[in-house]
Amino acid sequence: MIRRAPRGLAEHAPILFPALMLVVFFVIPFSLMIAVSVFRRVPGGFYEPDLVFANYERFLTAFFGGVMSFSLGLAALVAALSVGIAFPFTYRLVKLPRGAQIRWLVFLLSILSLSEVIIGFAWSTLLSRTAGITNLFVALGLMAEPQSLSPSFGALLAGLVYQAFPYTVLVLYPALARLDPYLEEAARTLGSSPLRAFFTVVVPALRNTIVATTIMVFVFALGSYLLPQLLGRPQHWTLSVLITDQAIYQSNMPFAAAMAVFLVLVSLALVGLALLAGRREETA
Amino acid sequence: MSALVLDGLTKRYGPVTAVHGASLRIPHGQFVCLLGPSGCGKTTLLRMIAGLEDPSGGRLVIDGRDITTAPAHTREFGMVFQSLALFPHLTAGENIAYPLRIRGVPKAEQRKRADELLELVRLPGVADRPVSKLSGGQRQRVAIARALALSPKLFLLDEPLSALDAKLREAMQIELKQLQQRLGITTIVVTHDQREAMTMADLVVVMSQGRIHQAAPPMEVYRQPADAFVADFIGMTNLLEGEVTAPGTAAVPGGTLHLPDLPPAGRVLLSVRPEDVVVHPAGTDGPNRLTGTLSFMRDLGASVEFRIDVAGREIVALSRPQDRPPVAPGGALTVEFPPAACVVLPPAAEHAR
Repeated sequence: MIRRAPRGLAEHAPILFPALMLVVFFVIPFSLMIAVSVFRRVPGGFYEPDLVFANYERFLTAFFGGVMSFSLGLAALVAALSVGIAFPFTYRLVKLPRGAQIRWLVFLLSILSLSEVIIGFAWSTLLSRTAGITNLFVALGLMAEPQSLSPSFGALLAGLVYQAFPYTVLVLYPALARLDPYLEEAARTLGSSPLRAFFTVVVPALRNTIVATTIMVFVFALGSYLLPQLLGRPQHWTLSVLITDQAIYQSNMPFAAAMAVFLVLVSLALVGLALLAGRREETA
Repeated sequence: MSALVLDGLTKRYGPVTAVHGASLRIPHGQFVCLLGPSGCGKTTLLRMIAGLEDPSGGRLVIDGRDITTAPAHTREFGMVFQSLALFPHLTAGENIAYPLRIRGVPKAEQRKRADELLELVRLPGVADRPVSKLSGGQRQRVAIARALALSPKLFLLDEPLSALDAKLREAMQIELKQLQQRLGITTIVVTHDQREAMTMADLVVVMSQGRIHQAAPPMEVYRQPADAFVADFIGMTNLLEGEVTAPGTAAVPGGTLHLPDLPPAGRVLLSVRPEDVVVHPAGTDGPNRLTGTLSFMRDLGASVEFRIDVAGREIVALSRPQDRPPVAPGGALTVEFPPAACVVLPPAAEHAR
């Protein structure tokens, strides 16, 4: 092991390849996108180099403000719900015998292998009037007649949480598996009911993990552009959907690029804020 | 008189029985050590007392109140875990005040009590430090203070000192005992270290394979072991298998011994502590003497240890250096088993030796 900082070209060699890949596949495309975002669109054509900020000015309309806040709100809600469900689930999971844990993890991984399109269509079928779950409710006498539950905000939320849930569990799993199981028992011997021990000891002890996971799911949900179109109404379309629409169907690359840059900046700002809040709480 | 009574407490995990009908009466203010090799069920027994495991059978009664099925958080016992289980997101003081916070005690009072308890465990001034910034011994003290925060009726400790180095462990044993005497609190400690049990406990409970073999004061456990397991587990001992041939006479490998407490007939097992075995030069006559060959000898400073082969059985003896007979390994020796030092045990068929 080299403990001192690497010197010279030879010692830096191992990181040259990843660094190169990062530049080629991330830094260059992102710089290109920033460049394109200030280019001028040529109607009926493509775009030409320029330095205009008209694309950014278009955000200042109520329409884009609305879409932006809906996208952020939706992503935040998906993150909160996913972590809220996945955390207690994973807490129970790590206490199961090893064999059962592996079966659950394989099952969750198999959900991850499903494409977004399949998940979208599966949920829209499940929530449809003709073949959906409401038919089951009717058969059980819970509902008078079958109805369509999709597209709707609830359907969109369900689809997104379903998609994010396996990721959330897999990110939470290592931290929860490493947590000292005696912490909860200690809390119980000190007078906390199991539920109270969970909220006063397990959750706070893993606060950093929870914050990091929430940010990850938030960013994951923010980038979703297929499920809103499959399970949501047009008013539920996120900024990602609009970016796709502008880039592919309206051929307005500069505006699409500007929106994408804006989305990245806002996400980064929110993540930074969340981390900052976390740190301040820690030192307090 | 308040007391903790274990009445046939049993724990089964599927086909495995971890604790077989443990019965014990622990008077108020006693310091009890549950002692045994790993996997003997001592921790399971402690966890049942704490309410962290549901007994499969038997009853647990404290001060006449049956608490067999009472949830852990209603028992108000203080417990120190082997891993200490200090809450990593709280400071030392907040850890200690946790049980008070749960009960809604005002913040100022929590703080006062935490400071008091830190004083009690001789660790003043660390209340505001995060537990990750404390040393192993300091964490130990914080864990003890936290368990005592509610002045519990019962103080339970699961291998509390196993993470400390030898010197610190020794110091903490003494301190723990002093703390227990000062508070007069009924204390149950799980340990696999017989030295720890012998030095701290009023009552040593020796366990093996889920059963209580003996529950007695330390010196009684040492001097009058109930069976071969206890004799062998507590300290070092020589176990001699013999057969009663005549009243007061037992034939053992290499000769006969005359002992007062023998049963009228049948097989017996004798336990003799190494320090009670007297080593004489070869050929000295007298009662209860057997002849053997010295196979190994080493100086332990305060004493000399002899390993003597008597009719194929190895006998261990400890002598004072000045009593060492003039003999080299390979030479002949005579060993004496004074009758008063021989404990007659029931023959233990299951005892592997």
